[in-house]
Amino acid sequence: MTMETPLHRVQGLGSSHSGVRHFWRQRVTAAALIPLTLWFAWAALGLVGASDSQVLSFLTLSPLGIPLNAILMAIFAVIALYHMVLGLQVVIDDYVHGEGGKIFLMLLVRALALAIGAASLFALLRIAGPV
Amino acid sequence: MAENPQAAPARPRPLSPHLTIYRWPVTMATSITHRVTGVGLAFGTIVLAWWLVAIASGPEPYRAFLGMSSAWPGQLVLFGLAWALAYHLLNGIRHLAWDLGYGFGVKTAAALSWTVILASAALAVAFFALAYSGYGGFLR
Repeated sequence: MTMETPLHRVQGLGSSHSGVRHFWRQRVTAAALIPLTLWFAWAALGLVGASDSQVLSFLTLSPLGIPLNAILMAIFAVIALYHMVLGLQVVIDDYVHGEGGKIFLMLLVRALALAIGAASLFALLRIAGPV
Repeated sequence: MAENPQAAPARPRPLSPHLTIYRWPVTMATSITHRVTGVGLAFGTIVLAWWLVAIASGPEPYRAFLGMSSAWPGQLVLFGLAWALAYHLLNGIRHLAWDLGYGFGVKTAAALSWTVILASAALAVAFFALAYSGYGGFLR
């Protein structure tokens, strides 16, 4: 017989910190990526064989005074990368059992996502940013 | 009160048969392929960033990107990414339907699995057929 409360015995053993946050965010980003992916496929097909100046004019096209395509591309990249981090986290959780390797890979995935996202957003700002 | 759940059991617990025991139903293949295409698409984000950085960097880097992507190894990679994206999109919709409680029937699950496999292949082939037959490039 132990004096521990049932809550104390399970604390730290499961998802007692974040609950369904990971599950829910993976679903929300997935739903958001459905229309974004359709838009991206349309843009990719439309830009087949385009020169750099043709791609530039597509990304800087501002029908309402804002570069809509560049903004959609940025949103697509950011949400896809977030969805990627959540998905790769599940893969790492499933196959990597050592605590050290798991933490290393989780940090590596996040670092790569940040680097890829920063490069994409910086490029889009250079293409269609203010001034 | 229950014992410490992390303590070793007195005798080994019975194990469920693992992957190698089962005859593969198609739903098993589509489930694993969803994960494989997801990991593949993670590499696709590098290609997307490379494309954007190349455009931002000027005509020469963009020509280098076009040279790489239009040669046959690049086309093979892009076809793989196009199929992976189509597959992950269609099967992802199936996942969202499951979350809402639909599509769990044995026959439905198998039928939708085959639908996803065939439709994703058809979409990837259609994309490249349109691109190669001159129906792409309408935004140029």
